[in-house]
Amino acid sequence: MRGDCEAHDLIAPGSLSAVLELLAAEPGVWTPIAGGTEIMVAHAAGRLNIPKLVSLWGIGELRFIKVTADSAAIGAGATFVDIRRQAGLCESWPLLARAASWIGSIANQSRATLGGNLVNGSPAADSSPTLLVYDAEIEMISVRGRRRIPYCEFHTGYKRNVLASDELVFALHLPRRFSHHRQYLRKVGTRRAMAISKVALAGTALVDNGIVSEIRLGAASLAAFPARLYKTEESILGKPATPETIASARAALLAEAAPIDDIRSTAEYRKRVGANLVEEFLLELSQEDAKP
Amino acid sequence: MSECRSSITMRVNGESCTVIVAPMKRLLDVLREDLRLTGAKEGCGEGECGSCSVRMDGELVNSCLIPVLQADGADIQTVEGLASNGTLHPLQECFLACGGAQCGICTPGMLMAAAQLIERNPHPSIAEIREGLAGNLCRCTGFMRIFESVLAAATQVQNPEEDKADHAR
Repeated sequence: MRGDCEAHDLIAPGSLSAVLELLAAEPGVWTPIAGGTEIMVAHAAGRLNIPKLVSLWGIGELRFIKVTADSAAIGAGATFVDIRRQAGLCESWPLLARAASWIGSIANQSRATLGGNLVNGSPAADSSPTLLVYDAEIEMISVRGRRRIPYCEFHTGYKRNVLASDELVFALHLPRRFSHHRQYLRKVGTRRAMAISKVALAGTALVDNGIVSEIRLGAASLAAFPARLYKTEESILGKPATPETIASARAALLAEAAPIDDIRSTAEYRKRVGANLVEEFLLELSQEDAKP
Repeated sequence: MSECRSSITMRVNGESCTVIVAPMKRLLDVLREDLRLTGAKEGCGEGECGSCSVRMDGELVNSCLIPVLQADGADIQTVEGLASNGTLHPLQECFLACGGAQCGICTPGMLMAAAQLIERNPHPSIAEIREGLAGNLCRCTGFMRIFESVLAAATQVQNPEEDKADHAR
């Protein structure tokens, strides 16, 4: 059943403060729409059960990228094309640039926003594993003020998050302290272009004298929401990247991951491939001459 | 049912036009139904096939995924705006010469994606052409002739913005 454009109101107050005031005045009534790459697909399919939408597109206060000596701030309204064109950002946080390049097509990347990707909260979200392993913080805003929490605490369940009904995501903050880390990102999908992940894994790690002294693993589609793999990290931390460590990391991941069967893949496949990805990252770490 | 109507003014292929429509009406439908510009096609209706591709404020977009309210004040270029004064754009010439168009359904979107690509990257490699056109599906050509068409056009286009675009990408 095709969606009916007459069945929805859409307004564009045009400024951040006007949107926040609307959300505060009528909490839960208005649903924000940014680039529409998710909501308009639901609309086309006739499964958009949202009567009132408020547009965030074109609000300059949300569309910025600021790179400084010790961090980067990316406005929630920045598109993935914006991210890919910001050379300083892509150079210092290369996994984010790669993840952005894997999001749909150029025509999707020119409209899809970082904030939209996170608020939509798909377990397969492309930008999430990267943000998790870069220790990103997420800043939210409402008429009551701003607050900032670690991004790894943002998602609370399948398509659920900590946003209050009057809040918007304002920005993501990336600390600049990963230049010496070994970095890993791999997305496994049906084909190279335009495919949603079956499973994806990001990693950052420090190796000192052959010992993994710091490690973060962020996964897509291994749980109901994008999440760190803390147990798997624990199984690796403080150890050399040997075959024994790889075996215990694989076992930890198989125990920790909680994927599902769905239209794109099966839980069994996702677990096995997730274990293979962790192994691949550890094999990279075991190669001492590799560049960070 | 919403009684909501918005007055939308856009610049389409260089000409200003105003329509009064439901704000959630898709840009694609406004172009095709209200403005009678039927070059952009509806394939999948969900941003996967690229046959509705147009350029909005200099970026390639899927017009099926844009509520027209978000195009208010925007500068839109459709495939109808590629040729100028009766002269085909080099991309259109090369699609003809190289067999880049067969049934024609994907062609307007392919042309717009290719135009976006070579404006920002006047000398794309085959890999860059593949990426630039990754969101546009063709069920006739097997894609090779389309890639060859874009490659041929890219060697012909004299782009005054070339140095700037090269620097920006």
